[in-house]
Amino acid sequence: MTQRNVLEAINNALDEEMSRDPNVMVLGLDVGKLGGVFRATSGLLEKHGAQRVVDTPLAEASIIGASLGLAISGMVPVAEIQFLGFTAQAFHQIGPQLARYRTRSRGRFHCQVTIRAPFGGGISSPEFHSDAVEAQFVQSPGIKVVMPSNPYDAKGLLIEAIRDPDPVLYCEPDRIYRLARMEVPDGAYTIPFGKAAVIREGADVTLVAWSAAVELCLLAAGRLADDGISVTVVDLRTLVPFDVETVVSAVARTGRCVVVHEAPLSGGFGAEIAATLASEAFYDLDAPIARVAAYDVPYPAAPLEAWYLPSVERVVAAARKTARQ
Amino acid sequence: MKAMTARQSILKPDGRLLNGAKSSMTDAALMEAVRWMLMSRIYDERATALQRQGLYGVFSPAAGQEASVVGSAMALDPARDWIVPQYRELIALVRHGYPLERLAAMGMGRITHATRIPEGVNVLPTQVALAAQLPHAVGLAWGLKLQKKDSVVMAYVGDGGSSEGDFHEALNLAGVRQAPVVFVLQNNQWAISTPRRMQSATSSFALRAAGYVTYRMSFHNTTDNPSLYEDPKQRDEASRRDPIDRVIKHLTRRGLWNDERDEQTRMSIRAEIDAALDKAASFPAVTPGQLFDDIYAELPERLRRQREELLGEGSKE
Repeated sequence: MTQRNVLEAINNALDEEMSRDPNVMVLGLDVGKLGGVFRATSGLLEKHGAQRVVDTPLAEASIIGASLGLAISGMVPVAEIQFLGFTAQAFHQIGPQLARYRTRSRGRFHCQVTIRAPFGGGISSPEFHSDAVEAQFVQSPGIKVVMPSNPYDAKGLLIEAIRDPDPVLYCEPDRIYRLARMEVPDGAYTIPFGKAAVIREGADVTLVAWSAAVELCLLAAGRLADDGISVTVVDLRTLVPFDVETVVSAVARTGRCVVVHEAPLSGGFGAEIAATLASEAFYDLDAPIARVAAYDVPYPAAPLEAWYLPSVERVVAAARKTARQ
Repeated sequence: MKAMTARQSILKPDGRLLNGAKSSMTDAALMEAVRWMLMSRIYDERATALQRQGLYGVFSPAAGQEASVVGSAMALDPARDWIVPQYRELIALVRHGYPLERLAAMGMGRITHATRIPEGVNVLPTQVALAAQLPHAVGLAWGLKLQKKDSVVMAYVGDGGSSEGDFHEALNLAGVRQAPVVFVLQNNQWAISTPRRMQSATSSFALRAAGYVTYRMSFHNTTDNPSLYEDPKQRDEASRRDPIDRVIKHLTRRGLWNDERDEQTRMSIRAEIDAALDKAASFPAVTPGQLFDDIYAELPERLRRQREELLGEGSKE
């Protein structure tokens, strides 16, 4: 019985995969001696050496571009972009290059590359450090988008990502890195992509979320239970692939749905979920689908983020309103 | 990282060596080089003509740049070295083992598994996002070095591409990792219509990377009209320094080339290109279902449904 938090689970997954496969390597800013700004790669340099744990120059595009080339050479790179918001400095190497290389080469080459990127608000970080831009990558077919919400999933999904022959963007919820420990076994295990988890079952409203917003939904579910509203919580785990079946069947049982995400409302992945439910679960719906998201404004300075981000109160309010309709 | 900073020109327009200049190439290598150069030029003409007839897609000729493309590619061993191209180095890819008929078939829109880079041919796909290929080349070279493979990666870019951030990021990383990669910067004086003087304040691109001074003697690609921006005098001067003419004049002076040899060589190249184009025309055509091929190792459920929708299969209703 080993208890780990999200950060320790990620560190453990990296260590185990590097121990299993000598071609797995980690590269990025400050991943070596410092062990990453959050210490996710702590101890890896000492154990696996400077050839496989590499502090790169401060240039995100070359971190991703070089990872593509490393993968073609036979290495298995796990690249860290220090914060997801800084993928803007590398976007042209992710969507148009990494994601498309299998297609462009008509299957001759593929890119077994994992990009790890912490993100999310609520930790009073500077500009660009909190932006939830995951939906931008959903529009780049060829890359998978993975959003773990707890320590157990963090390890299993990361090992799955490293072993996946295709590129994976693995977004880490930095706000809950150290929030709580749970049992995360030693030894490798994987969680398949495209399988959402129903982590709480109730009869009245289905809450759909991913990453740190799942924790918000669980807190809201507790409060709603006090009001006599019983809630199902679906943790999507991956946006690409998107597990339509689990979401549709959960919503079919409750007839009501609230989607919760930290990304801005318009064009967020919640819109995709709502549109999918409207076409696949229309006759099971007893109320309009609600969305609780960040507002359509640039991520604000730290003193304002509590008003910008979805809160337990907003989730509770949306679920109550949906339940009354 | 080493960069050649001196202009490395040794042949005058009349084919004579400049005073004191020596060629490091053997006669056999020179003869091979001139054949590849001629093949490149003749293929340019054929592909351009086909494009004008609507039988070929947008095409970027290499005219004027054959010496830098062929000369650099001939330094490589196709069995172990890699080429990371931009899109004007077709003949280097052919020399490296990418069959011409596959490249021709792609030009004709027959882009299927039958046209892909064959297994064992160490070439990456052509790159349209300029300079984006350079970090890939660095990573590839770095990875080969980590795996203790005795390989070199040669990556191509132009004067325009050297303004991109990727160019500078790639060169910087290559230096830090001591990656076995050669960057070939073909300064052909034009980025479509933007002249070299507006591209960079550097006195020489060779200060940025190993450089080859050359001139694009044709259009950017088949959609381009250089008469709108190019001074005809520039083209005339470039034509006077045509790399193929110079090498042929040089070989002629040395008794290694004559009219008969010229005619024979061109005939055999034309026959080779004709055969490749004939084969290319019979490559399989694209099929709509192929839209969903080679996106992921395994097609996710959602894409499988979209594929069914496109093909009208397995209706759920």
